[in-house]
Amino acid sequence: MLDSYLPIIVLIGIAVGFAICTTIFSRLIGQKKPTEVKLAPYECGMPPVGSARERMSMKFYIIAMLFIVFDIEAVFLYPWAVMFKKLGLFGFVEMGVFIAILLVGYIYVWKKGALEWE
Amino acid sequence: MMPDWIITAILVAIKLGFVLALLLTGAAYLVLAERKLLGRMQLRYGPNRVGPFGLMQPLADAVKLLMKEDFIPAQGDKVLFFIAPGIAAVTALITFAVIPFGPPLRLFGREMPLVVCDLNIGLLYFLGLSSLAVYGIALGGWASNSKYALLGSIRALAQLISYELSMGLSIVPVVLMARSFSLTEIVNAQTHIPFALLNPPAFLVFLISVLAESKRTPFDIPEAENEIVAGFHTEYSGMRFGMFFVGEYINVIILSSMVTVLFLGGWHGPLLPGIVWFFGKVMLIAFLFIWTRGTLPRFRYDQLMHFGWKVLVPIALLNVVVTGAILLLLQG
Repeated sequence: MLDSYLPIIVLIGIAVGFAICTTIFSRLIGQKKPTEVKLAPYECGMPPVGSARERMSMKFYIIAMLFIVFDIEAVFLYPWAVMFKKLGLFGFVEMGVFIAILLVGYIYVWKKGALEWE
Repeated sequence: MMPDWIITAILVAIKLGFVLALLLTGAAYLVLAERKLLGRMQLRYGPNRVGPFGLMQPLADAVKLLMKEDFIPAQGDKVLFFIAPGIAAVTALITFAVIPFGPPLRLFGREMPLVVCDLNIGLLYFLGLSSLAVYGIALGGWASNSKYALLGSIRALAQLISYELSMGLSIVPVVLMARSFSLTEIVNAQTHIPFALLNPPAFLVFLISVLAESKRTPFDIPEAENEIVAGFHTEYSGMRFGMFFVGEYINVIILSSMVTVLFLGGWHGPLLPGIVWFFGKVMLIAFLFIWTRGTLPRFRYDQLMHFGWKVLVPIALLNVVVTGAILLLLQG
Protein backbone atom coordinates (compact mmCIF):
# COMPACT_ATOMS: atom_id res chain seq x y z
CA MET A 1 0.00 0.00 0.00
CA LEU A 2 2.54 2.55 1.15
CA ASP A 3 5.22 1.71 -1.43
CA SER A 4 2.87 2.56 -4.30
CA TYR A 5 2.71 6.09 -2.87
CA LEU A 6 6.44 6.33 -2.18
CA PRO A 7 7.41 7.85 -5.57
CA ILE A 8 4.80 10.57 -5.03
CA ILE A 9 6.14 11.37 -1.57
CA VAL A 10 9.66 11.61 -3.03
CA LEU A 11 8.33 13.85 -5.82
CA ILE A 12 6.58 16.13 -3.30
CA GLY A 13 9.89 16.37 -1.41
CA ILE A 14 11.77 17.32 -4.59
CA ALA A 15 9.11 19.86 -5.61
CA VAL A 16 9.10 21.53 -2.18
CA GLY A 17 12.90 21.56 -2.21
CA PHE A 18 12.87 23.16 -5.67
CA ALA A 19 10.48 25.88 -4.51
CA ILE A 20 12.46 26.66 -1.34
CA CYS A 21 15.88 26.55 -3.05
CA THR A 22 14.96 28.88 -5.92
CA THR A 23 13.44 31.39 -3.50
CA ILE A 24 16.49 31.37 -1.23
CA PHE A 25 18.89 31.48 -4.19
CA SER A 26 17.13 34.46 -5.75
CA ARG A 27 17.14 36.21 -2.35
CA LEU A 28 20.90 35.63 -2.12
CA ILE A 29 21.93 36.91 -5.55
CA GLY A 30 19.14 39.44 -6.13
CA GLN A 31 19.72 43.09 -5.26
CA LYS A 32 18.14 44.65 -2.20
CA LYS A 33 17.40 48.36 -2.23
CA PRO A 34 14.01 48.70 -0.59
CA THR A 35 12.52 52.17 -0.39
CA GLU A 36 9.26 53.22 1.16
CA VAL A 37 7.66 54.01 -2.18
CA LYS A 38 8.77 50.73 -3.69
CA LEU A 39 7.22 48.73 -0.86
CA ALA A 40 3.89 50.54 -1.08
CA PRO A 41 1.10 48.58 -2.78
CA TYR A 42 0.86 49.28 -6.50
CA GLU A 43 -1.97 51.57 -7.50
CA CYS A 44 -0.91 52.85 -10.91
CA GLY A 45 1.35 55.52 -9.47
CA MET A 46 -1.23 57.13 -7.18
CA PRO A 47 -0.61 57.11 -3.41
CA PRO A 48 -2.53 54.08 -2.09
CA VAL A 49 -5.93 54.91 -0.61
CA GLY A 50 -7.41 53.00 2.34
CA SER A 51 -7.00 49.35 3.17
CA ALA A 52 -6.87 46.62 0.57
CA ARG A 53 -8.80 44.17 2.72
CA GLU A 54 -12.16 45.48 1.61
CA ARG A 55 -15.44 43.67 1.84
CA MET A 56 -16.48 42.04 -1.37
CA SER A 57 -19.68 41.38 -3.23
CA MET A 58 -22.11 38.87 -1.75
CA LYS A 59 -22.24 37.13 -5.14
CA PHE A 60 -18.94 35.41 -4.53
CA TYR A 61 -20.14 33.81 -1.28
CA ILE A 62 -23.25 32.50 -3.02
CA ILE A 63 -21.10 31.00 -5.78
CA ALA A 64 -18.91 29.35 -3.14
CA MET A 65 -21.95 27.82 -1.42
CA LEU A 66 -23.44 26.59 -4.68
CA PHE A 67 -20.07 25.10 -5.55
CA ILE A 68 -20.02 23.08 -2.34
CA VAL A 69 -23.51 21.68 -2.99
CA PHE A 70 -22.83 20.69 -6.58
CA ASP A 71 -19.29 19.52 -6.02
CA ILE A 72 -20.50 17.08 -3.39
CA GLU A 73 -22.97 15.86 -5.98
CA ALA A 74 -20.07 15.22 -8.35
CA VAL A 75 -18.23 13.41 -5.54
CA PHE A 76 -21.20 11.04 -5.15
CA LEU A 77 -21.30 10.46 -8.91
CA TYR A 78 -17.71 9.10 -9.05
CA PRO A 79 -18.13 5.91 -6.98
CA TRP A 80 -21.38 5.21 -8.80
CA ALA A 81 -19.64 5.64 -12.17
CA VAL A 82 -16.88 3.20 -11.21
CA MET A 83 -19.32 0.55 -9.95
CA PHE A 84 -21.80 1.20 -12.76
CA LYS A 85 -21.81 -2.31 -14.21
CA LYS A 86 -22.33 -4.02 -10.86
CA LEU A 87 -25.08 -1.67 -9.72
CA GLY A 88 -26.90 -2.01 -13.03
CA LEU A 89 -30.45 -0.71 -13.48
CA PHE A 90 -31.02 -0.28 -9.74
CA GLY A 91 -28.00 2.01 -9.40
CA PHE A 92 -28.97 3.97 -12.48
CA VAL A 93 -32.52 4.66 -11.22
CA GLU A 94 -31.16 5.51 -7.77
CA MET A 95 -28.70 7.99 -9.29
CA GLY A 96 -31.47 9.38 -11.52
CA VAL A 97 -33.56 10.16 -8.42
CA PHE A 98 -30.54 11.77 -6.76
CA ILE A 99 -29.78 13.93 -9.80
CA ALA A 100 -33.47 14.85 -10.15
CA ILE A 101 -33.60 16.12 -6.55
CA LEU A 102 -30.51 18.23 -7.17
CA LEU A 103 -31.98 19.45 -10.44
CA VAL A 104 -34.97 20.83 -8.51
CA GLY A 105 -32.51 22.74 -6.34
CA TYR A 106 -30.64 23.94 -9.42
CA ILE A 107 -33.84 25.26 -11.04
CA TYR A 108 -34.78 26.95 -7.75
CA VAL A 109 -31.37 28.65 -7.56
CA TRP A 110 -31.67 29.77 -11.18
CA LYS A 111 -35.21 31.15 -10.73
CA LYS A 112 -34.18 32.96 -7.54
CA GLY A 113 -31.58 34.79 -9.59
CA ALA A 114 -28.49 33.55 -7.73
CA LEU A 115 -26.75 32.92 -11.05
CA GLU A 116 -27.34 36.48 -12.35
CA TRP A 117 -24.48 38.98 -12.31
CA GLU A 118 -26.16 42.31 -13.07
CA MET B 1 22.93 -9.84 -9.18
CA MET B 2 21.49 -6.75 -7.56
CA PRO B 3 18.58 -7.13 -5.20
CA ASP B 4 15.17 -6.52 -6.68
CA TRP B 5 14.30 -3.39 -4.76
CA ILE B 6 17.49 -1.56 -5.81
CA ILE B 7 16.60 -1.99 -9.49
CA THR B 8 13.09 -0.78 -8.76
CA ALA B 9 14.44 2.22 -6.88
CA ILE B 10 16.83 3.09 -9.73
CA LEU B 11 14.05 2.81 -12.32
CA VAL B 12 11.76 5.03 -10.25
CA ALA B 13 14.57 7.56 -9.77
CA ILE B 14 15.20 7.64 -13.55
CA LYS B 15 11.51 8.20 -14.21
CA LEU B 16 11.32 10.96 -11.59
CA GLY B 17 14.33 12.73 -13.06
CA PHE B 18 12.96 12.40 -16.58
CA VAL B 19 9.53 13.76 -15.62
CA LEU B 20 10.95 16.71 -13.67
CA ALA B 21 13.41 17.66 -16.40
CA LEU B 22 10.68 17.29 -19.00
CA LEU B 23 8.21 19.47 -17.10
CA LEU B 24 10.66 22.27 -16.35
CA THR B 25 12.21 22.47 -19.82
CA GLY B 26 8.77 21.88 -21.35
CA ALA B 27 7.30 24.82 -19.44
CA ALA B 28 10.29 27.04 -20.33
CA TYR B 29 10.02 26.26 -24.03
CA LEU B 30 6.23 26.50 -24.00
CA VAL B 31 6.68 30.14 -22.96
CA LEU B 32 9.06 30.66 -25.88
CA ALA B 33 6.72 28.81 -28.28
CA GLU B 34 3.83 30.94 -27.13
CA ARG B 35 5.73 34.20 -27.59
CA LYS B 36 6.97 33.09 -31.01
CA LEU B 37 3.55 31.92 -32.21
CA LEU B 38 1.72 34.96 -30.84
CA GLY B 39 4.32 37.11 -32.53
CA ARG B 40 3.71 35.38 -35.86
CA MET B 41 -0.06 35.68 -35.42
CA GLN B 42 0.35 39.42 -34.86
CA LEU B 43 2.81 39.81 -37.77
CA ARG B 44 5.84 40.23 -35.50
CA TYR B 45 8.95 38.09 -35.15
CA GLY B 46 8.73 37.30 -31.45
CA PRO B 47 11.96 36.84 -29.44
CA ASN B 48 14.84 36.10 -31.83
CA ARG B 49 17.93 37.77 -30.31
CA VAL B 50 19.16 35.33 -27.64
CA GLY B 51 20.83 32.37 -29.34
CA PRO B 52 19.82 30.91 -32.73
CA PHE B 53 16.09 31.65 -33.39
CA GLY B 54 15.83 32.95 -29.81
CA LEU B 55 16.26 29.41 -28.46
CA MET B 56 18.24 30.55 -25.43
CA GLN B 57 15.53 33.00 -24.41
CA PRO B 58 14.15 30.82 -21.54
CA LEU B 59 17.63 30.69 -20.00
CA ALA B 60 17.98 34.47 -20.22
CA ASP B 61 14.54 34.89 -18.66
CA ALA B 62 15.42 32.58 -15.78
CA VAL B 63 18.66 34.46 -15.07
CA LYS B 64 16.82 37.77 -15.20
CA LEU B 65 14.14 36.56 -12.78
CA LEU B 66 16.79 35.25 -10.37
CA MET B 67 18.70 38.54 -10.36
CA LYS B 68 15.65 40.72 -9.76
CA GLU B 69 14.91 42.29 -6.41
CA ASP B 70 12.61 40.12 -4.35
CA PHE B 71 10.53 42.25 -2.01
CA ILE B 72 7.43 41.93 0.14
CA PRO B 73 4.97 44.83 0.07
CA ALA B 74 4.61 46.74 3.34
CA GLN B 75 1.71 45.48 5.49
CA GLY B 76 1.64 42.29 3.45
CA ASP B 77 1.31 38.99 5.27
CA LYS B 78 4.92 37.76 5.09
CA VAL B 79 4.39 34.05 5.74
CA LEU B 80 1.47 33.64 3.33
CA PHE B 81 3.25 35.78 0.76
CA PHE B 82 6.16 33.29 0.93
CA ILE B 83 3.98 30.19 0.79
CA ALA B 84 1.56 31.10 -2.00
CA PRO B 85 3.87 30.84 -5.07
CA GLY B 86 5.31 27.66 -3.55
CA ILE B 87 1.85 26.09 -3.50
CA ALA B 88 1.29 27.11 -7.11
CA ALA B 89 4.59 25.58 -8.28
CA VAL B 90 4.50 22.43 -6.11
CA THR B 91 0.92 21.41 -6.97
CA ALA B 92 1.73 21.86 -10.65
CA LEU B 93 4.96 19.84 -10.42
CA ILE B 94 3.52 16.84 -8.58
CA THR B 95 0.35 16.41 -10.66
CA PHE B 96 2.22 14.86 -13.57
CA ALA B 97 3.15 11.86 -11.39
CA VAL B 98 -0.04 9.96 -12.25
CA ILE B 99 -0.12 10.70 -15.98
CA PRO B 100 1.00 7.74 -18.14
CA PHE B 101 3.06 9.10 -21.03
CA GLY B 102 3.81 5.91 -22.94
CA PRO B 103 3.17 2.17 -23.20
CA PRO B 104 5.04 -0.05 -20.70
CA LEU B 105 8.70 -0.44 -21.57
CA ARG B 106 10.82 -3.60 -21.22
CA LEU B 107 14.03 -2.82 -19.36
CA PHE B 108 16.42 -5.23 -17.52
CA GLY B 109 13.98 -8.04 -18.24
CA ARG B 110 11.03 -6.46 -16.48
CA GLU B 111 7.97 -4.42 -17.35
CA MET B 112 8.36 -0.74 -16.60
CA PRO B 113 5.16 1.29 -16.88
CA LEU B 114 5.91 4.77 -18.22
CA VAL B 115 4.25 6.60 -15.37
CA VAL B 116 5.87 7.73 -12.14
CA CYS B 117 3.18 6.18 -9.99
CA ASP B 118 0.19 4.31 -11.38
CA LEU B 119 -2.28 5.09 -8.59
CA ASN B 120 -5.61 3.31 -8.80
CA ILE B 121 -7.18 6.65 -7.88
CA GLY B 122 -5.13 8.72 -10.34
CA LEU B 123 -8.12 10.70 -11.53
CA LEU B 124 -9.09 11.71 -7.99
CA TYR B 125 -5.46 12.67 -7.30
CA PHE B 126 -5.55 15.02 -10.29
CA LEU B 127 -8.88 16.55 -9.21
CA GLY B 128 -7.68 16.97 -5.63
CA LEU B 129 -4.49 18.74 -6.66
CA SER B 130 -6.30 21.01 -9.09
CA SER B 131 -8.51 22.06 -6.15
CA LEU B 132 -5.44 22.62 -3.95
CA ALA B 133 -3.88 24.88 -6.58
CA VAL B 134 -6.66 27.39 -5.88
CA TYR B 135 -5.04 28.08 -2.48
CA GLY B 136 -1.88 29.45 -4.07
CA ILE B 137 -3.89 32.09 -5.90
CA ALA B 138 -6.22 32.88 -2.98
CA LEU B 139 -3.43 33.27 -0.43
CA GLY B 140 -1.15 35.15 -2.82
CA GLY B 141 -3.80 37.70 -3.68
CA TRP B 142 -4.84 38.20 -0.08
CA ALA B 143 -1.33 38.41 1.37
CA SER B 144 -0.21 41.13 -1.07
CA ASN B 145 -2.30 43.84 0.61
CA SER B 146 -3.06 45.33 -2.79
CA LYS B 147 -6.52 46.01 -4.18
CA TYR B 148 -5.73 44.71 -7.63
CA ALA B 149 -4.27 41.52 -6.22
CA LEU B 150 -7.31 40.94 -4.02
CA LEU B 151 -9.75 41.60 -6.85
CA GLY B 152 -7.82 39.30 -9.13
CA SER B 153 -7.70 36.47 -6.62
CA ILE B 154 -11.43 36.74 -5.78
CA ARG B 155 -12.28 36.63 -9.46
CA ALA B 156 -9.94 33.71 -9.97
CA LEU B 157 -11.46 31.81 -7.04
CA ALA B 158 -15.03 32.12 -8.28
CA GLN B 159 -13.98 31.23 -11.81
CA LEU B 160 -11.87 28.23 -10.83
CA ILE B 161 -14.48 26.65 -8.55
CA SER B 162 -17.26 27.24 -11.10
CA TYR B 163 -15.38 25.57 -13.92
CA GLU B 164 -14.04 22.84 -11.67
CA LEU B 165 -17.65 21.75 -11.36
CA SER B 166 -18.20 21.32 -15.09
CA MET B 167 -14.75 19.74 -15.41
CA GLY B 168 -15.54 17.22 -12.70
CA LEU B 169 -18.95 16.42 -14.18
CA SER B 170 -17.53 15.96 -17.68
CA ILE B 171 -15.07 13.35 -16.37
CA VAL B 172 -17.88 11.17 -14.96
CA PRO B 173 -18.83 9.77 -18.43
CA VAL B 174 -15.18 8.80 -18.93
CA VAL B 175 -15.23 6.87 -15.66
CA LEU B 176 -18.53 5.30 -16.72
CA MET B 177 -17.02 4.08 -19.98
CA ALA B 178 -13.61 3.01 -18.61
CA ARG B 179 -14.88 1.74 -15.20
CA SER B 180 -11.70 2.84 -13.47
CA PHE B 181 -10.00 5.83 -11.83
CA SER B 182 -6.56 4.64 -12.94
CA LEU B 183 -5.35 6.75 -15.84
CA THR B 184 -3.50 3.78 -17.35
CA GLU B 185 -6.73 1.78 -17.39
CA ILE B 186 -8.55 4.73 -18.96
CA VAL B 187 -5.96 4.91 -21.74
CA ASN B 188 -6.19 1.15 -22.29
CA ALA B 189 -9.97 1.40 -22.57
CA GLN B 190 -9.41 3.64 -25.60
CA THR B 191 -7.26 1.19 -27.55
CA HIS B 192 -9.69 1.02 -30.45
CA ILE B 193 -11.57 4.30 -30.37
CA PRO B 194 -10.81 7.45 -28.33
CA PHE B 195 -13.51 8.73 -25.98
CA ALA B 196 -13.55 12.07 -27.82
CA LEU B 197 -15.36 10.30 -30.68
CA LEU B 198 -17.58 8.17 -28.42
CA ASN B 199 -18.70 11.09 -26.30
CA PRO B 200 -18.09 14.45 -28.02
CA PRO B 201 -20.19 16.55 -25.58
CA ALA B 202 -18.06 15.46 -22.62
CA PHE B 203 -14.91 16.18 -24.65
CA LEU B 204 -16.04 19.70 -25.55
CA VAL B 205 -17.17 20.56 -22.02
CA PHE B 206 -13.88 19.24 -20.64
CA LEU B 207 -11.81 21.17 -23.18
CA ILE B 208 -13.58 24.46 -22.42
CA SER B 209 -13.42 23.89 -18.65
CA VAL B 210 -9.72 23.10 -18.91
CA LEU B 211 -9.15 26.34 -20.82
CA ALA B 212 -10.93 28.19 -17.99
CA GLU B 213 -8.99 26.26 -15.33
CA SER B 214 -5.72 27.38 -16.88
CA LYS B 215 -6.85 31.03 -16.58
CA ARG B 216 -5.96 31.82 -20.19
CA THR B 217 -7.72 33.85 -22.87
CA PRO B 218 -10.74 33.99 -23.31
CA PHE B 219 -10.99 33.18 -19.59
CA ASP B 220 -8.09 35.33 -18.34
CA ILE B 221 -10.30 37.68 -16.32
CA PRO B 222 -8.31 37.03 -13.09
CA GLU B 223 -5.30 38.72 -14.67
CA ALA B 224 -7.01 41.03 -17.15
CA GLU B 225 -4.08 43.41 -17.53
CA ASN B 226 -6.04 46.43 -18.73
CA GLU B 227 -8.47 46.28 -15.80
CA ILE B 228 -6.57 45.05 -12.75
CA VAL B 229 -2.88 45.30 -13.74
CA ALA B 230 -1.84 41.64 -13.33
CA GLY B 231 -4.43 40.25 -10.95
CA PHE B 232 -3.28 38.09 -8.07
CA HIS B 233 0.45 38.39 -8.84
CA THR B 234 0.56 42.20 -9.16
CA GLU B 235 2.86 42.57 -6.14
CA TYR B 236 5.10 39.61 -6.90
CA SER B 237 8.59 40.13 -8.24
CA GLY B 238 11.69 38.10 -9.01
CA MET B 239 11.70 34.34 -8.69
CA ARG B 240 8.45 34.28 -6.73
CA PHE B 241 6.67 35.72 -9.73
CA GLY B 242 8.68 33.19 -11.72
CA MET B 243 7.18 30.36 -9.69
CA PHE B 244 3.62 31.50 -10.40
CA PHE B 245 4.62 31.73 -14.03
CA VAL B 246 6.28 28.29 -14.17
CA GLY B 247 3.30 26.82 -12.33
CA GLU B 248 0.93 28.27 -14.87
CA TYR B 249 2.80 26.84 -17.84
CA ILE B 250 3.34 23.45 -16.23
CA ASN B 251 -0.40 23.50 -15.66
CA VAL B 252 -0.95 24.03 -19.37
CA ILE B 253 1.19 20.95 -20.08
CA ILE B 254 -0.64 18.89 -17.44
CA LEU B 255 -4.10 19.93 -18.60
CA SER B 256 -3.15 19.15 -22.20
CA SER B 257 -1.91 15.76 -21.02
CA MET B 258 -5.19 15.16 -19.20
CA VAL B 259 -7.17 15.97 -22.35
CA THR B 260 -4.94 13.52 -24.21
CA VAL B 261 -5.26 10.78 -21.60
CA LEU B 262 -8.98 11.09 -20.94
CA PHE B 263 -10.30 11.76 -24.42
CA LEU B 264 -7.70 11.38 -27.17
CA GLY B 265 -6.55 7.85 -26.38
CA GLY B 266 -3.25 8.71 -24.69
CA TRP B 267 -0.34 6.94 -26.33
CA HIS B 268 -2.46 4.84 -28.72
CA GLY B 269 -1.99 5.49 -32.41
CA PRO B 270 -0.84 3.69 -35.56
CA LEU B 271 2.73 3.29 -36.89
CA LEU B 272 4.72 5.65 -34.63
CA PRO B 273 5.91 4.64 -31.13
CA GLY B 274 3.47 5.42 -28.31
CA ILE B 275 5.55 8.08 -26.61
CA VAL B 276 5.70 10.10 -29.85
CA TRP B 277 1.92 9.90 -30.19
CA PHE B 278 1.43 11.03 -26.61
CA PHE B 279 3.67 14.09 -26.81
CA GLY B 280 2.38 14.90 -30.30
CA LYS B 281 -1.18 15.04 -28.98
CA VAL B 282 -0.11 17.07 -25.95
CA MET B 283 1.66 19.58 -28.18
CA LEU B 284 -1.39 19.80 -30.41
CA ILE B 285 -3.63 20.71 -27.46
CA ALA B 286 -1.02 23.16 -26.13
CA PHE B 287 -0.95 24.77 -29.58
CA LEU B 288 -4.74 25.01 -29.40
CA PHE B 289 -4.38 26.91 -26.11
CA ILE B 290 -1.96 29.38 -27.71
CA TRP B 291 -4.09 29.67 -30.83
CA THR B 292 -7.20 30.61 -28.83
CA ARG B 293 -5.12 33.22 -27.02
CA GLY B 294 -4.10 34.71 -30.35
CA THR B 295 -7.66 34.64 -31.69
CA LEU B 296 -10.33 35.31 -29.08
CA PRO B 297 -11.04 38.43 -27.01
CA ARG B 298 -11.71 38.24 -23.28
CA PHE B 299 -15.09 37.34 -21.77
CA ARG B 300 -16.90 39.77 -19.52
CA TYR B 301 -17.21 38.48 -15.96
CA ASP B 302 -20.98 38.00 -16.02
CA GLN B 303 -20.71 36.22 -19.38
CA LEU B 304 -18.09 33.92 -17.89
CA MET B 305 -20.21 32.95 -14.89
CA HIS B 306 -23.35 32.56 -17.02
CA PHE B 307 -21.53 30.33 -19.44
CA GLY B 308 -20.15 28.13 -16.69
CA TRP B 309 -23.28 27.76 -14.58
CA LYS B 310 -26.07 27.99 -17.14
CA VAL B 311 -24.54 26.23 -20.14
CA LEU B 312 -21.68 23.92 -19.19
CA VAL B 313 -23.07 22.49 -15.91
CA PRO B 314 -26.50 21.49 -17.35
CA ILE B 315 -24.89 19.98 -20.47
CA ALA B 316 -22.40 18.02 -18.39
CA LEU B 317 -25.09 16.79 -16.00
CA LEU B 318 -27.42 15.75 -18.81
CA ASN B 319 -24.53 14.03 -20.53
CA VAL B 320 -23.88 11.92 -17.43
CA VAL B 321 -27.48 10.69 -17.41
CA VAL B 322 -27.60 10.04 -21.17
CA THR B 323 -24.26 8.20 -21.16
CA GLY B 324 -25.46 6.06 -18.26
CA ALA B 325 -28.72 5.22 -20.05
CA ILE B 326 -26.96 4.30 -23.30
CA LEU B 327 -24.42 2.10 -21.48
CA LEU B 328 -27.27 0.39 -19.65
CA LEU B 329 -29.07 -0.31 -22.94
CA LEU B 330 -25.89 -1.66 -24.54
CA GLN B 331 -25.36 -4.05 -21.63
CA GLY B 332 -28.91 -5.30 -22.09
